[in-house]
Order: sequence, then C-alpha cells, then structure tokens
Amino acid sequence: MKMLKTILKQFFHEPVTTLFPEEPPRNYAGTRGHLVFDPSKCTSCTMCMKRCPSQAIIVDRAAKTWIIDRFRCVMCGNCVDVCKFDSLSMEREYSKSAAAAERGVEKFDITYVKPEKPKKEGGE
Amino acid sequence: MTGKQTIIPFGPQHPVLPEPIHLDLVVEDERVISAIPSIGYVHRGLESLVDRREYQDFVYLAERICGICSFTHSSTFCQGIEGMMGIEVPPRATYLRTMWGEYSRIHSHLLWLGLFADSLGFESLFYNAWKIRESILNELEATTGGRVIQGVCKVGGVRRDVTPQFLSEMDDRLDGIEDEMKELTNVFLNDYTLKKRLVGKGVLSKEDAYILGAAGPTARGSGLDIDIRSTGYLAYGDVGFKPVVEKDGDGYARCAVRCKELFQSVEIIRRVMTDMPSGDVSVPVKGNPDGEYFSRSEQPRGEVVHYLKGNGTKYLTQFRVRTPTLTNVPALVSIIGGCELADVPQIVLTIDPCIGCMER
Repeated sequence: MKMLKTILKQFFHEPVTTLFPEEPPRNYAGTRGHLVFDPSKCTSCTMCMKRCPSQAIIVDRAAKTWIIDRFRCVMCGNCVDVCKFDSLSMEREYSKSAAAAERGVEKFDITYVKPEKPKKEGGE
Repeated sequence: MTGKQTIIPFGPQHPVLPEPIHLDLVVEDERVISAIPSIGYVHRGLESLVDRREYQDFVYLAERICGICSFTHSSTFCQGIEGMMGIEVPPRATYLRTMWGEYSRIHSHLLWLGLFADSLGFESLFYNAWKIRESILNELEATTGGRVIQGVCKVGGVRRDVTPQFLSEMDDRLDGIEDEMKELTNVFLNDYTLKKRLVGKGVLSKEDAYILGAAGPTARGSGLDIDIRSTGYLAYGDVGFKPVVEKDGDGYARCAVRCKELFQSVEIIRRVMTDMPSGDVSVPVKGNPDGEYFSRSEQPRGEVVHYLKGNGTKYLTQFRVRTPTLTNVPALVSIIGGCELADVPQIVLTIDPCIGCMER
C-alpha cells in the first residue's frame, strides 16, 4: 500500500529512459562527449601526448602525424587544458559505438605551417 | 541433531553481489558459524602508477580508483597535494567540491538502496531508486561534464564553475528530487517485507564496531558518532554538520542511516548554494610536492585515507589508499557469524561493499 502512489504515477508519466539508437543520448553544454582535433593549428609540441593520463595520443614530429586511440581515451579533457594552440576541443555529443577496427585508432596529418619570420628560417 | 560442519563458497560471482568478494562460509545445518573472506580478484595496481604519471595528471587516475565515490577520491588526492605544497584553495572551489561531493553521496546511497532492493527481488523499488539516481547524475553531468567520473577536480581548485542561473534553477529541481526520495525512503523504512529482512539481522554492537574499526554508515548504524565531515574540512565547517547516528546496529539501522543521509546531503547542498562565495575557482600551481601528507575525507561508505609522499620532483614516490570497505570487512565477518545462511547475501550488502575500490 505504501507504494500505491508511486505505482499509480507510473501509468501517467513519460518514459524516463531513452531509446538509444533511435534517439540520441542526452547531453549538456558542458558534457565531455568526444575529442576533436584541428590539424591546421597543431605545432607538434607533444604536450598532449606527455600529459595524457591514459597514453591515448601519439604525436610523431618527424612524420607530422597526430594519432589517437579512441578506445584508450577517457575523455578527461586534460589535453584540451594543456594545449596552448587551441588545436584540441571537446564536443558535447557522445561518439557512436564502433568496433576497434572500424574507428579505434584515428590518424591525422598535421597541416600546420609555421609562419615565416623575416630573420629566422627553417622549422624544427 | 546437529550436522557436521560444511564449507560453502559464496562469491566472487553471486546473483546479489555487485562486486567480487569471496567468502568461505562454515555452516552447521542452516546456521553460519564463521566466514573466511578472501580478496584480490580485481587488483589493478593503480597505486604503483603514481611514479609514472605527473602528480597533476594522476588526479584523473586517482578518480578511477572507484566507480561510485570517484569524486571524493580525486578531491582527497588534490587535498593531499595542496596540503603538502601549502596551496590555499579559493573558497568558491571548496564550496563546489563540497557540493559535488554531496551529490556523489546521494547517487551512491541511491545506488546502494536500489541494489539492496534488487537483492531481495523487489525490482520495482530498484527501478525507482535508480530513476531518482538518474536525475542526480544529470545534475552532475550538466555541472561537471561527466556522469560518474566527473573529472572536475584539479590541484589548486576545480576546473569548472557553475553559473548563478544554474544554481537558482537547481533549487527547484532539488525540491522535486527530495519529494521523490521521501516516497522511496518511506518504502525502505516502513515496508513489511523489507523490515522482515532487515530488523535484527546482522547486529553489530557499538563496542564491536569500535574495536573492529568499522567506518561510515556501518559504524554510525551501530551508534558510533564517527564522521570526518564533523572535523569541518572543505566547506563542512561553514555550513554546519551533525552526523546521522542510529543505535540498533542491525541492517535496518544501517539502511536508515543511508536513507537519512540522503536528506542531510540535500540540506548541505542547499546551504552550500546559498552561501556560495564569489571569486576564482582555482589558483595557479607552481613547483613540485615535497614531503608527506595524510589526507582524509568522508566517502559515502566511510572514511578514506590517502597517504602521499613526494621528493620534490613532479612524480610522487609513494601513494597509498585505505578505503572504507577494507575496514568494514572485519565487521562483516563478525556479523555473519551466527546468522542464517539465507540472510548472508543481504548482510553482506548492508555494509555497502565496494571491492573495486578496496583492491584498486
């Protein structure tokens, strides 16, 4: 009898769960959903690689590539905090489920070109 | 006629156990004579990683010690580093840490209430407890960006601030959550079936609780007035705090402590919201920790102690965690002795075991 009120309520309220594949999952403005990389801003400083707690990021300075293992990434957002060049950002949408072979490791070619200075020339 | 003693293995996988603990139950007929616990099924070696990650990045790892009381682990770790380095955390950051700590306490207690109802086969109650928990998790996600692993603490403060508009709207939502929790706890505390499975089962006397070193709601259910929040760390000293204590020491008392703490936490969040000071939420951190520090906090399951030792580099040399479940295991072994075999699953659950946290 103590649950009668609760039981009756069940018939009238909207479903509290989300039908996930059909409906997108709930998220908020501050949700850390997935990491987005902008190859045009990355200077290969490797700070994100050094400070990643789960060692998900590999930056190859020689090959000019930025590689992320999406299955190792824990969405802590530490790399976004340490990146001084606004190359990394967190988006609010959760990424869809995928197999490791399908979208596990993502490789980006860094397209950043160092602005030329009048006196100094050359890259790294 | 008494039968011969038999040993029945219980766990690490059992329908009512959310986490892997193994007990060898020595039974005579239907009565349990003693229980021999064995742990070590989910050891991950998280503590040893401390010398391979920078102390500022280890906060995210410290948070992953436990999947339920994650926020308290990160704030305790940060508190330890800040204490070692003599960093003064801005008052707004301590208030925010208090607020999120209490939110995680509510979600942990609601999770336990749900799991407990499920262990009795009371599934509709389980759904209702977790339905309320979902709205708490939504609040956490909206403010911190993460549902269970918030990742919002950092050495020197917190990473995110809350807007005044959000705080004012939060008050209304808390009213709704509190009403739903009232209905829910009414069932837990007054339902005939639940009372039958809780009252007088697994009695832990006040003396035993003290000698065996019980912590958290297990100790408070036995009449021990032990709560680290009464020392006034973070903002607890400012908002005022009085521990919830029950005298009987049985499963019902432990359940009642958790039910009452739900409302106490809502009350603390309200007071934190009204007294929230303005200003920065973090201070810049320079230098590396040197020395050692014991950092203590009250988790949903009891007192947690983080021991940290640094040597002036960016890597700590020692890190040790003592979680509340470990200190509650001797109490659990003591209360299982003498009970009926059929009551063992419920008695094990009343200490709210968090084995993932205990073994790290």
